[in-house]
Amino acid sequence: MKALLSRAVPRRVLLNDGGKVLSAAGLTALIGGGIAWSARAQATPGQDVQLLNAAIALEHEGIAAYTIAAGSGLLKPEVVKIGVIFRGHHERHRDELVKAVQALGGKPAAAKSDKEYATQLNVAKLKTQADVLRLALGLERGAANAYLGLIPSLGTSYHQVAGRMAGDEAFHVAVLGQALGEPIPTQGLMFGG
Amino acid sequence: MRAAHAVAGMLLCLTGASLPAAAQERGDAERGATLYQQRCGACHSLDANRVGPKHRGVYRRQPASVPGFQYSAALRKLTEPWDDERLSSWLANPTAMAPGTAMGFRVPQAQDRADIIAFLRSPAAR
Repeated sequence: MKALLSRAVPRRVLLNDGGKVLSAAGLTALIGGGIAWSARAQATPGQDVQLLNAAIALEHEGIAAYTIAAGSGLLKPEVVKIGVIFRGHHERHRDELVKAVQALGGKPAAAKSDKEYATQLNVAKLKTQADVLRLALGLERGAANAYLGLIPSLGTSYHQVAGRMAGDEAFHVAVLGQALGEPIPTQGLMFGG
Repeated sequence: MRAAHAVAGMLLCLTGASLPAAAQERGDAERGATLYQQRCGACHSLDANRVGPKHRGVYRRQPASVPGFQYSAALRKLTEPWDDERLSSWLANPTAMAPGTAMGFRVPQAQDRADIIAFLRSPAAR
């Protein structure tokens, strides 16, 4: 951080006449991180448990969605294979998040039944393989954005794992988008923001 | 006259109060619909309680009032209805507005928040 600031801000700005470093508030204002800084200062294990449990709930739903899709009879066998691999990725996410919640002394969010997930995802409307892939794409795109948008609210200990999960979701988006013939986005920074 | 125009122009620049900007503050519901799917859709739907509560009719609704959804204690403490200002504050930093909430997802750009709120305010989401 010190090296970064040294590049971005002239040394004379960082030091006042007495050679003291700027206050935390002043430093925060300089780097434009007011909200994130204050949120980190307020971060508590209880807050992280709440946020991580919401992520577990999201992963539970993703796992169920791939299970339901695999059993729908709408997918070609080779597509089912890919879906099962993606489901495994979400199971890994869930397991990591469960460990994090337990390490914080919390109780991990429980999964609902597949029947409940089928209802809330309105899978009855799915009639073709493309319908299933579009549902999966929407969920994966949302998940990539969700993890990126969650990072500023999470304690710093969980930033990296949330970023890694966002990366996995973005990979899924790329594969599903390709399968559906979606054009490659022409602009960068396509997630988060 | 030229001086008056110059002053008016300076004031507009200083306040950012040009008409297009004012219109932007109300948000673009069509863009908001897309953003809603892409940003909120992992956890929310208009018509189903999922990770988060269903959103149809959320505009002007009391917080923590959707039947069948189990809200956090933090959300149950909120009392003011979801208007533009409160929805924008919520989307900017939910854990600051309701410490202990299960929603940590933030929408940092004001225009994106305005567009999402415009969608939630629109007939498509009422």
